[in-house]
Amino acid sequence: MILKMDNICKSYFRGKNEVPVLHDICLSVEKGDYLAIMGPSGSGKTTLMNILGCLDKPSSGVYRLEGENVAAKKDNALAELRNKYIGFVFQSFYLMPSMSALDNVALPLMYAGVPKKERLERAREALRGVGLAERMKFLPNQLSGGQCQRVAIARAMAGRPALLLADEPTGALDTASGEQIMDLFDEINARGSTIIMITHEPAIAARAKTVCHIRDGRLSVPGEEVR
Amino acid sequence: MLGNIHQAFLGIWHHKLRSFLTMLGIIIGIAAIITIVSTIKGTNDQIKENLIGSGNNVVVVSLHQGDYQMDLSEGQNLADVSVITEETRQRLEELDGVVAVALFRQRQWNAQVYYRGTEYNGYTYGIDEHYFPVYGYHLCYGRDFQPEDRDENRKVAVLDAQAVSSIFPGENAVGKTLEIKGEPFTVIGVVERSSKFRPVIESMQDYYMYADDSSGSVFLTEQGWEIAFGYDEPQNAAVKAESTDAMTTAGKSVADHLSAKQIRNSKENNLSYKSEDLLQQAEQLQTMSDSTNKLLIWIAAISLLVGGIGVMNIMLVSVSERTHEIGLKKALGAKRRRILGQFLTEASVLTSLGGLLGILGGIGLAKLLSKAMDTPTAISVPAIIVAAAFSIMIGLIFGLLPATKAARMNPIDALRRD
Repeated sequence: MILKMDNICKSYFRGKNEVPVLHDICLSVEKGDYLAIMGPSGSGKTTLMNILGCLDKPSSGVYRLEGENVAAKKDNALAELRNKYIGFVFQSFYLMPSMSALDNVALPLMYAGVPKKERLERAREALRGVGLAERMKFLPNQLSGGQCQRVAIARAMAGRPALLLADEPTGALDTASGEQIMDLFDEINARGSTIIMITHEPAIAARAKTVCHIRDGRLSVPGEEVR
Repeated sequence: MLGNIHQAFLGIWHHKLRSFLTMLGIIIGIAAIITIVSTIKGTNDQIKENLIGSGNNVVVVSLHQGDYQMDLSEGQNLADVSVITEETRQRLEELDGVVAVALFRQRQWNAQVYYRGTEYNGYTYGIDEHYFPVYGYHLCYGRDFQPEDRDENRKVAVLDAQAVSSIFPGENAVGKTLEIKGEPFTVIGVVERSSKFRPVIESMQDYYMYADDSSGSVFLTEQGWEIAFGYDEPQNAAVKAESTDAMTTAGKSVADHLSAKQIRNSKENNLSYKSEDLLQQAEQLQTMSDSTNKLLIWIAAISLLVGGIGVMNIMLVSVSERTHEIGLKKALGAKRRRILGQFLTEASVLTSLGGLLGILGGIGLAKLLSKAMDTPTAISVPAIIVAAAFSIMIGLIFGLLPATKAARMNPIDALRRD
C-alpha cells in the first residue's frame, strides 16, 4: 500500500469562522493504481490534492504515505517527503523559464542530493522516456505546450516517485496534445507507476482505472459505501 | 553554491538597469570610502616622509632639562656636562640599530649672523665631518669643508640653498664674507639635501615645523663654531638609524648612553639627553588629519546604509516576483536553507559587484583628485579588502529579511498566486 487516508478532515479559518472543506476522507491507494478524482470547482479537490501531495497538512485524521505519518511532519520534513515520494504534474507546467529542459528535469534530483553526473544521466533517461531526446537543451519557451508538459512529466518521474500526482494535466493543452499526454500516462502506469489525477473532464477521467467523485468535501470511491 | 552564484549573475544580467540602479548606493558609498582612505593614507605617508626625511632615518638627540630642550643660545657653559669625545662617538655607532652618529651644535636665535648689516635669522650649525653624510647633504657648488679647514681653524662657512637665497638673493654666495658674532667667515660652498621637503598640512604646528627649513642653514666647522660661540658647549647628536622603525629605539639608546656618560649630578640639575621622537610627532600630525577625515567616512557609511536598504527593497520585489519559482522549488523538495541561500547569494553577489565597481571607481577618483588638486593619494590595500568584505556583508545583512521571507513561503500559496 502506497498511501492510506483515514478520516481526513480539513477546515480553514476565515476570520473566526471555521469553514470545513474536507469531511472524513478515507482513501487507500495500492501500487500500480491509476486513480482519477473528479469534482466540480469548489468541491475541495484542490485541497485534497494538496494534502495528498504533502503540500498541506490535514486538520484531523491520519495520512500515511509509504508508512510515514505526514501530519506529524514540519516544513522541511514535508519538503523531503515530497522530494522522495511524489512527482507533481501541474496544469500550467511550472517549468523554470531560464533553465533548459534537461536542467528542469534534474532540479528535484539536485534537492535529493544526487551528484551532478548521475543526476544529468537520470534526467536524460527521463526525457528519453517521454520522447524528448532531441530537445534536451531547449528552453521552455522554445517548446510547445505539449512538450512542456512532457518535460514536467519527465521531471516528476526522474526521482522515481512512489506516486505521480497530476492536477488537471491537460487543462492548458489542445485536444491532440492532451491525448498524447494521456497516452503517456497510460504508458507510465503500464510500467508500474501509481498515478492520481485530478480533473473535471469526464473524458480524461475515463482513461483512469478507477474514478472517484468528490462533492462538497466528501469523496465517493467506487466499490465502497458512500459516506 | 556555484550554481547559486551563476543563477544570481544571470538574474542580475537579466535586470541590468534595475540591478545597476540598486548597486548605485553601494558603488557611491564604497567609492567614497576608498577615495577618502586613499587621501588619508597619501597625506599620512607624506607627513611621515617629510618629517622623517625620506629614508634618511635621522633622529636628533639633544640635551634636555626635565622635559624641555636646553636653550644654549646664551652661550652658557654647563659644568656638569662634558663634551662628547670622538671615542664616545665611535662607541655610539656600535649601539644596536645605529648606523652613524654626527655631532653638532646649533643656534636659531641670537646667532648674530650678519651680511652687510642685515641679520640672518635661520639656523646656524657647528658640525663635524659626519654631519653632511648622515643628513644626506651634497655639494652644489663651491667646495666642502676640508680637513685643513678644521686643523687650521679656518673661519669658513657652507650654506644651504635657502640660506643663500635669504642672505644673498640673486648673488653668487661663494667668496662672500659673513659676520658671525663679530668674526668674519668666508662662504666656501653651497650644499643641498637630497630629498626635497614639501609641507602639506597647513596648521600653526606644521608651519613652525617647516618654517625653519625655509629660512635655511649656515654651517660652520666645529672649530669655527668654537671661535664664534665659545668652547665646551654640549653637542647634539644626529643619529642615523638602520631603518625608520629602528629610529625610536636607536635614538633612545644613544640618549641613554650619553646621559649616563656625559652628565654628572643629574639628580640635582635634572639634565639628560633625550631623543626627539619624529615617528611620534608624525603620528600626532596624522591623528590630526585623520579626525577630520573620519567624519567623511561616517558620511560615506550612511550612503552604504541607504544603499543596503535599496538592496533590501529590490530583493523584496524580486522575491514577490518569483513566488511561483519559490513555490515550485519548495513543491519539488527544496528546503528552507536552499531558498534562503539562493536569495542571500543573489543579494551579496549584487552588493559585491557594486562593491567591486565602487572600489574601481574609488581608485579612479582618488587618482583624479590627486591630479586635479595636487594632493597626495596612496591606494590602501587593506582598505580595499575591508571594502570588499563589507560589501558582501551588506548583501548578507540586507538580504536576510527578503531571503527569510522567501524561505518561509507556503508552497500552496506561492503556487496558487497569479
